[in-house]
Amino acid sequence: MSTINLIIDNKTVSVEKGKTILDAAKKINVRIPTLCHHEDLCVAGNCRICVVQVEGSRTLTASCSTPAEEGMIIRTNTPKVRNARKDIVALLVSEHNTQCTTCYRSMNCELQSLSAEYNIDNNRYLSILKPNITIDRSSWSIEKDDSKCVRCQRCVRTCAELQHVNALTVSGKGKDMKISTFMELPLNEAICTNCGQCVIHCPTGALTERRYFDRVWEAIGNEKKHVIMNTAPSVRVALGEMLGYPIGTRVTGKMVTAMKRMGVDSVLDTDFTADLTIIEEGSELLQRLKKVLVDHKSSVKLPMMTSCCPGWVKFAEHIFPEHLGHLSSCKSPQQMFGALSKTYYAEKKGIKPEDIVSVSIMPCAAKKFEANRPEMNSSGFRDIDAGLTTRELGLMIKQSGLNFAELEDSAYDSLMGESTGAGVIFGATGGVMEAALRTAYEVVTGKEVPFKNLNIFPVRGMEGIKEASIKIEGCLPEWSFLEGVELRVAVAHGLINARTIMDEVAEGKSPYHFIEIMACPGGCIGGGGQPIPTNEEIRNKRTQAIYEEDMGMPKRKSHENPEIKKIYKEFLKEPLGEVSHHLLHTTYKKRNHF
Amino acid sequence: MKTSELKKVDIIFDCVQCAPIEVVKKSLAMHPDEIIEQIISSGLRGRGGAGFPTGLKWKLAKEEVSDQKYVICNADEGEPGTFKDREILDLVPNKVLAGMAICAYVIGATEGFIYLRNEYNFLLKKLIPTLENFNKNLQEIGLDFTIKLFSGSGAYICGEESALFESMEGKRGEPRNKPPYPTRNGYKGKPTVINNVETLVYCNMIMRIGVEPFKQLGTKDSRGSKVFSVSGDTTKAGIYELELGIGVDEFVNEFGNGDTKAVQIGGASGFCVPRKDFANKIIGFEGVPTGGSMMIFNSSRSMYNILKDYLEFFVEESCGQCTPCRVGTQQLLKGIEAVKHGEMPSSYLNQLMKLSETMKVASKCGLGQSVPNAFSSIVKNFKEEMIY
Amino acid sequence: MIQTENLLHELIEKHGNTRDGLLPILQGVVAKENYLSEPRMVEIAKALNISSAEVYGTASFYTYLFTKPMGKNVIRVCKTISCKMAGKQEIIKAIEKTLKIKVGETTRDKNFTFIETNCLGWCHKGPVMIINDEVYPEITPERAVEILCEMDPKHLSKF
Ligand SMILES: Cc1cc2nc3c(=O)[nH]c(=O)nc-3n(C[C@H](O)[C@H](O)[C@H](O)COP(=O)(O)O)c2cc1C
Ligand code: SF4
Ligand code: SF4
Ligand code: SF4
Ligand code: SF4
Ligand code: FES
Ligand code: FES
Repeated sequence: MSTINLIIDNKTVSVEKGKTILDAAKKINVRIPTLCHHEDLCVAGNCRICVVQVEGSRTLTASCSTPAEEGMIIRTNTPKVRNARKDIVALLVSEHNTQCTTCYRSMNCELQSLSAEYNIDNNRYLSILKPNITIDRSSWSIEKDDSKCVRCQRCVRTCAELQHVNALTVSGKGKDMKISTFMELPLNEAICTNCGQCVIHCPTGALTERRYFDRVWEAIGNEKKHVIMNTAPSVRVALGEMLGYPIGTRVTGKMVTAMKRMGVDSVLDTDFTADLTIIEEGSELLQRLKKVLVDHKSSVKLPMMTSCCPGWVKFAEHIFPEHLGHLSSCKSPQQMFGALSKTYYAEKKGIKPEDIVSVSIMPCAAKKFEANRPEMNSSGFRDIDAGLTTRELGLMIKQSGLNFAELEDSAYDSLMGESTGAGVIFGATGGVMEAALRTAYEVVTGKEVPFKNLNIFPVRGMEGIKEASIKIEGCLPEWSFLEGVELRVAVAHGLINARTIMDEVAEGKSPYHFIEIMACPGGCIGGGGQPIPTNEEIRNKRTQAIYEEDMGMPKRKSHENPEIKKIYKEFLKEPLGEVSHHLLHTTYKKRNHF
Repeated sequence: MKTSELKKVDIIFDCVQCAPIEVVKKSLAMHPDEIIEQIISSGLRGRGGAGFPTGLKWKLAKEEVSDQKYVICNADEGEPGTFKDREILDLVPNKVLAGMAICAYVIGATEGFIYLRNEYNFLLKKLIPTLENFNKNLQEIGLDFTIKLFSGSGAYICGEESALFESMEGKRGEPRNKPPYPTRNGYKGKPTVINNVETLVYCNMIMRIGVEPFKQLGTKDSRGSKVFSVSGDTTKAGIYELELGIGVDEFVNEFGNGDTKAVQIGGASGFCVPRKDFANKIIGFEGVPTGGSMMIFNSSRSMYNILKDYLEFFVEESCGQCTPCRVGTQQLLKGIEAVKHGEMPSSYLNQLMKLSETMKVASKCGLGQSVPNAFSSIVKNFKEEMIY
Repeated sequence: MIQTENLLHELIEKHGNTRDGLLPILQGVVAKENYLSEPRMVEIAKALNISSAEVYGTASFYTYLFTKPMGKNVIRVCKTISCKMAGKQEIIKAIEKTLKIKVGETTRDKNFTFIETNCLGWCHKGPVMIINDEVYPEITPERAVEILCEMDPKHLSKF
């Protein structure tokens, strides 16, 4: 790799060939403002806020899109540069609905920060905000407000490059250029998977999650209602970011305390149903293996694919409607939790299910849609009443007036509050697979999975598609048909990788037995409901925190969770049994492909 | 004004007996470097507007190593006031094709395209058979090069080279980041020479008549002649091939009808030259550059209306991706309207002038960068008309 | 229906099923069906293995690729400066009066859509009108009406 030397603001810097001026500046801690640029995405170079002066150039140069060249002399802060930047921000403001006071992204908006940094005078230019822009609230998950859009196309690039869904596009040109769906359809009719990645990549309040926290406050304030909150694994490693903690801080105990202090009647853990998922899904896998390997049933599909990510599920329903048989019939942990909260929990606690308000705190936008799928009422009620994001919980904690940092730690309440390290790692890509292997291997062989400290490194990390194989040896008699089988598994995250995997499955060429798929890059720690910003570095730190949490747990295998043992004994009876079938499993729906 | 000093030239449309394919044949006998050398020494610069030295462009593309290269003829002619490419393609299409073939031989391309604006589809009736015939001739003389047609879909910005490639690749015509430039990374990411219709004819003609006759015309930085599209307040509207480097006054003497107040040189993205500057401006790269559009305005015309017309054009035709251009064009338009209607003080024009400076230095492509040309030259010279 | 399926089939045959073929395919559909209907865009998206949103987004960039229903004949009159100076407004008035529609509208019988466009490259012979691919330079209001009536005699009586 050849290196290139250049001078930025009187300081020499060397970078690899191919790096941009922006990269070079970053290296020597010269901050150049950006807007359309995002580490996760390809370069667009359309906002022009990052312009710098390259000596000898008539025009200014966009630093995010221009490769550094040998001998360049660059100034990032001349009057010409500053004027241009100020003008650009003022122009964006002039086409913007500047009602920051009522905006959900206020204080976390890149346009707002730039505008403050450059001290923009709102009267510099006349407002050209288009009248009659209506907010699209058709989707359960995503809200789209074009009046807040700066047309950076980050959402479009996200939906295309990270997700390969392309539900969003740029339409029109000139003054009419905007972000659209096919034929301007409302989002709930588009092929949007609700993953929310566009939301966490949007610099402004143009794309946000639908918010339901006010309803939750209402319920909390209602004496008659028994409010339960369950928190997803990856919330505890990200929530802190909203409350002043460094990235990757685990705030599990404080979070639980905060929710109790807010008046939530019972704070429970989605990790519990994550463990339950492992039992059900693991059993389903073994059952499928048996049906295929022993009974040679052609109607049973392998590889089996996880179904705990509703973004991925809807993607599959749209793009691979003919191959839904590969999806495990297990509901996501959220929906298992919902169904049990109004049956098992209600029964045990002696509370009428209609009085229970079951709220889940998720890293996810798609779970909002999932909670509202018509079939998700197997308890006889809406299984989950509201799905909130990590961001919404953060906001609620702020609204509650609690001093988060001062809160003591507390433990989850019981009945569906206990979990294992296996449940925790659901939050990171590869986690479901790792948890499943920890349990399935032991069920089949009676021995622990042959990885040091139960850490199955091959399925961890940020590689888009990961594979592993385990040779099954020393089977218990019941599973002798698996003796010597090389169990092949794969893990994909980001729907673009899911598509690659699925294309193989659709062609019948997939070499795997079991595949885990998460819609969001990095898995739920990078979910569409997580604090903004989210990028590679942040995803890595949250992931690290997840595995630390796992290592710190006394029990790290789902089948060892005492509450799991209890629920099977007292309520579900057996994995894949009749009760499970009714409450914990579901079916899928073919949707329009384009 | 009957007798004029103006030297009319006849290179482009000249129909001396020498079939363009013969010129290609003759060129094939030469070494590519020799051809590049000749084009460079002729001083020919692109006639599409930007004026990049053509020989150098070919040289850069030739030096690239690639399994595939392309030659593209830019016939998207959409600049208001320009219509010469249409006339050239209508009257002497073989010369254009020959220019492309010579270029293909030089850089080592096997495939070429004419990107024809949709509005010129009526040309296809003649152009398609001509093209088929020419392709056949190329085979006969042993040059492995085929030319195809690509019809535009209606977007001025697709005349910008990288937007044109995007459009040919089936995408929205949004200009790309540069560098990399087309000679390295053009159509489908391959080295590509893209030249204006007229440029290609000159290449062909230089190979035929030699460098000298061409070089003798024009000035140091603006060699040769150029085809002008003359319209507006004139009795002689039409196409004229004139030497480069003539004075604006010479031009007005020839084409004006005695009452010319201003000439817009280079179309909506060009400059407005007011009467007081006629005598001290020349038409060419060292003076006022032009892709050929010459619009003449009489004193009865409102320069405000003219500027408004141009801005309306850009507001619609900007691709819309970059901030300075998408929003800037709208602000300039809205701004002059507000000043005209007394909603903003006349001093707001100064703010708009600053804005146009930002557009010039910060826009992503030539469109946004050249909107300020017309804006500032008109506002500066006809300020009263903007206000009252 | 069978006919249109053939149309798409033919277009894909001719221009390929990759993204490069998108614009010619869209042009081909517009040439035959006047505009790009929703189902047609979906079919094209399927055939090219891209999303329908991308097809729509691309089409909406170009003024010749209509995503809303259009008349059988599209009348374009240049609105840019040279033609404006040469009197395009009179032409517009005459056409509006003859067809009883405004710029941007389509006649009720879907025979004509009338739009204004930017410079058409005939500035020396303005005002200029293009109907479909046919060019009418130096058009007068009378001549414009005459042409329309020749195309659709129904409008004769009304003028
Ligand atoms: C907005 C814009 C529109 C353009 N339109 C045209 C055009 O219609 N025809 C053309 O030849 N060049 C056009 N150009 C210039 C091309 O980008 C390119 O420079 C030219 O085709 C190169 O050919 P030349 O070197 O022979 O001039 C345009 C540039 C811009 C920025
Ligand atoms: S939520 Fe996901 S699928 Fe839907 S538009 Fe956003 S990025 Fe695309
Ligand atoms: S919606 Fe957000 S991400 Fe998309 S273009 Fe607008 S501001 Fe950018
Ligand atoms: S990966 Fe996690 S956060 Fe993202 S859509 Fe799936 S379940 Fe939701
Ligand atoms: S300058 Fe205008 S036309 Fe060029 S890229 Fe920017 S918005 Fe598009
Ligand atoms: S950040 Fe560089 S152009 Fe937007
Ligand atoms: S101005 Fe009307 S054709 Fe050019």
